[in-house]
Order: sequence, then structure tokens, then C-alpha cells
Amino acid sequence: MTTAKTINLNLKVWRQNGPKDKGRFEEYRASDISTDSSFLEMLDVVNEKLTIEGKEPIAFDHDCREGICGMCGTVINGRPHGPEKGTTLCQLHMRHFSDGDTIAIEPWRARAFKVIKDLVVDRSPLDKLIQTAGYISANAGGCPDGNAVPIPQEIAEKSMDAAACIGCGACVASCPNASAMLFVGAKVSHLGLLPQGKPEAAMRAISMVREMDRLGFGNCGNERECEAECPKEISITNIARLNREFFKASFFSSVM
Amino acid sequence: MNWFTSSFGSSIGKKLLMALTGLCFVLFLVVHLAGNLTLYGGGDLFNSYAEHLHSLGFLINISEFGLLFFALIHIITGTFLFLENLKARPVRYAVNKTGGGRTIGSFSMPYTGLFMLIFIITHLLNFHFVDKTNTTIYDIVTNAFSNPLYVMFYVASMVVVAIHISHGFWSLFQTIGFEHPKYTPFITGLSTVLSIVFGVGFGFIPIYISFIV
Repeated sequence: MTTAKTINLNLKVWRQNGPKDKGRFEEYRASDISTDSSFLEMLDVVNEKLTIEGKEPIAFDHDCREGICGMCGTVINGRPHGPEKGTTLCQLHMRHFSDGDTIAIEPWRARAFKVIKDLVVDRSPLDKLIQTAGYISANAGGCPDGNAVPIPQEIAEKSMDAAACIGCGACVASCPNASAMLFVGAKVSHLGLLPQGKPEAAMRAISMVREMDRLGFGNCGNERECEAECPKEISITNIARLNREFFKASFFSSVM
Repeated sequence: MNWFTSSFGSSIGKKLLMALTGLCFVLFLVVHLAGNLTLYGGGDLFNSYAEHLHSLGFLINISEFGLLFFALIHIITGTFLFLENLKARPVRYAVNKTGGGRTIGSFSMPYTGLFMLIFIITHLLNFHFVDKTNTTIYDIVTNAFSNPLYVMFYVASMVVVAIHISHGFWSLFQTIGFEHPKYTPFITGLSTVLSIVFGVGFGFIPIYISFIV
């Protein structure tokens, strides 16, 4: 961690005009970057300069900038969301870099995630997975009394840990096989652990796994890169639970 | 597709096939290693072990066909998984760096697997599909390992086996969903222990034989 107030960096940024464009790396100089700024703010500074020079600014995804929306994310020197653990790109601060560093910035790479422009990728396949079965059917009716459905604290915590997923796609980006198993595992766990999610658990596991395969994600190799890079530090325990749920649903439920 | 083929044809289903067949191979290796340790008891003990084993007759044939069938499943499914995973990331990253999850075992699984296939074919040609008239299996083994090239190849192969198992063993439990805060640390520990036991246990035999002949 640097103690300097400002640093200068060399950026190698992936530029791609559109999904059909081949794309290439372009080099930029980021000068006098405050070490208190976030990675996205650093890109803002670079973009401001590019705009003044009449050049096309670098397109990147961002929204809340407080680490909870899951919108931002690029691969920084080979690491999704950069080198810090449990951090989204917007919460990665420039003090973690040193003066004169060269930083390679690439978009998420996966067949399922098409590059839209520069660092922006289409993550709608994750939405499609949710639409397939990542929900519970709550039919209208009287509101049940609080605590009418007892849920042990431990189960509630496990479900909440999985529900911390912000759907940023870093698991897919970091997976050597571009697999979405941690994402699907988190969804299947956070719903399936709770009584409200149990009635559709078998349908959910089977439908989501089939959809995941159809969308062109890879196969899980238990390499644990996803849990190492997940900004919400979601554990591969959830992948084991998905495997279990899928096994149960495939061979012991009536879901075809 | 019916439920059976679509279950085993899915990504998790294919992993399940890898896990279950892999577990069978680990169990086979335990038996194989136990048998091979009789080599330390000298030629007579080893030959009588081989004789007793073959006197099982029908059971041996079933086991051999079973192993061959599982091997075919493991190899074919593994090849499919490998190719699908390559296809899942058509544009690779320019900079690759691990976040700390990968191990030597995990990233090299397809390659150690391929090396093991070459080894197993060589191994079967050396000791299984070989003319055993007028000679004993002990003589065949000692004869083979008097060649330092064979010794080196066998030792290297056992290192590869150890690397493959170091990831494969715990990974298979994760895949079948056997994961629990009480037992998983034991399984990951056992994964390391097993890979060392197999690596050293099998790997030291060629060295030992080459010293005594």
C-alpha cells in the first residue's frame, strides 16, 4: 500500500467498439491520480481527459459505487475486481497500487457474456437464470404471523450468506472454465434453505442447471477461484449444496 | 431426452460420472498398492500373491471389465468436459493470475489425466499383456526395472498420479455433495495423505527393485 498522495499509472485498457469488433488493448497514462480515489474514479479522470481531447471515453459499467449493486467489475491484472479480497471494483482504492504500475484492464471473459463495448459485458444470462427458477411462487393471501414459520438461526444465516450475492459475475469471470456454478449455487441455497423455497426446490435445481448449460457456461472444476474472487466471499459450500439438490431432484423427485 | 440421460448429460451429471468412477479408481489403487507391497517380501511372496489373485478367476474378469468400463466413462466424459470448458471462454485473458483457489492438482487435471492414460497403456503392455509362459511375474518386474529409463518413467508417472489425486479425491466429494463442516477438513486432509501414500508407495517400488537386481 502506497503512502503517496498521488500516483501515475500506465493503463492497458481493452477497447472494443461493439460485439462484432475484434477489440485490442490501448495504452493510456493516468497522471496525478489521488490514492484516495477508487478505481472507477481513476477511470473517470482518464475519461475526462479523453473527452477533452475529443476521443471516445472508455465504456465501463458502474452504478451505486458503494459495493452493493453488482454493476461494476472488470479484470485488473488478471484478477476480477482487482487484487483486494472481498472487494468490488468501486471499493478498490488506488492506494493499493504503486507509482509507475502498469495495469491491464480487461472485460469479463466468457462465451455467455458478450462484450457490448470496451469493458461492458452483457450479463443478462444471469438474469435469464433467475427468470428460469431463481424465485419462489408467493400466491396472494393473508399475511402469515411473524414467527409462525420457525427457522433456526443457523439456517437463516446460511441462507443470508448465499443471498449476499450481488450478481456481478466475478465468479464466472474468475472461473478457469467460465462456469456459473457459484451464482446458481448461491441462488439455489438462499431460496432452498428456507421453508418458503422448499416446495419448488427440485424444479429450481433442475431448471437452473439446464438453463446454465444451455446459456453456454462451462463446467465446475472445483478450482475454488470463484470463492477467492467473489466480492461477497460466497463459499463453494453453496456449490456442494447445489450438487446435492440437483442429485436429489434428478433421482428422487418426480420432476422430469 | 429422458430424465436419465438429461441428468447425466448435464454439467453436474457429467461431473458426477467423473466423481463416481474416480472414487472406484482410488479404491482400486488401495487394493493395488496393498498387493504391490508384497514385492518387499521377495519373489516368492509376490508370485504367490499374483497366483492367489488370479485364482479368483471369474471375479477378476468382472473387476477388469468393470475398471475398463469405468475408465472409458472417465476418459470420454473428461474429454467432453475439457472441450466444453475450452469453448466456454473463446477469448482468453491477456493476463492470468490466480486468486488463490487453484492448486497444481486442480489446474493440471486434464493434462495429468492424459499422462496417466499413456502410463496405464504402457503399464498394461509391460506387465499384463505379456507372455507369462516359462517366467514369473516377479522376473518380469525385476527385468523391467533393471532398465533405468523404465524406473524414471514409472517414478515420474507416480508423481503425476499423486498430483491428480491431490485434487481429484476431495473434489469428488464436493461434486457428489458430501460436504460438511465436520467431515470436509478430514476429506481434504485425506486427499493430501492419499496422494503422498500413492506417490511414495508406488513410486518407491521401481527404485527398490532397481537397487536389488
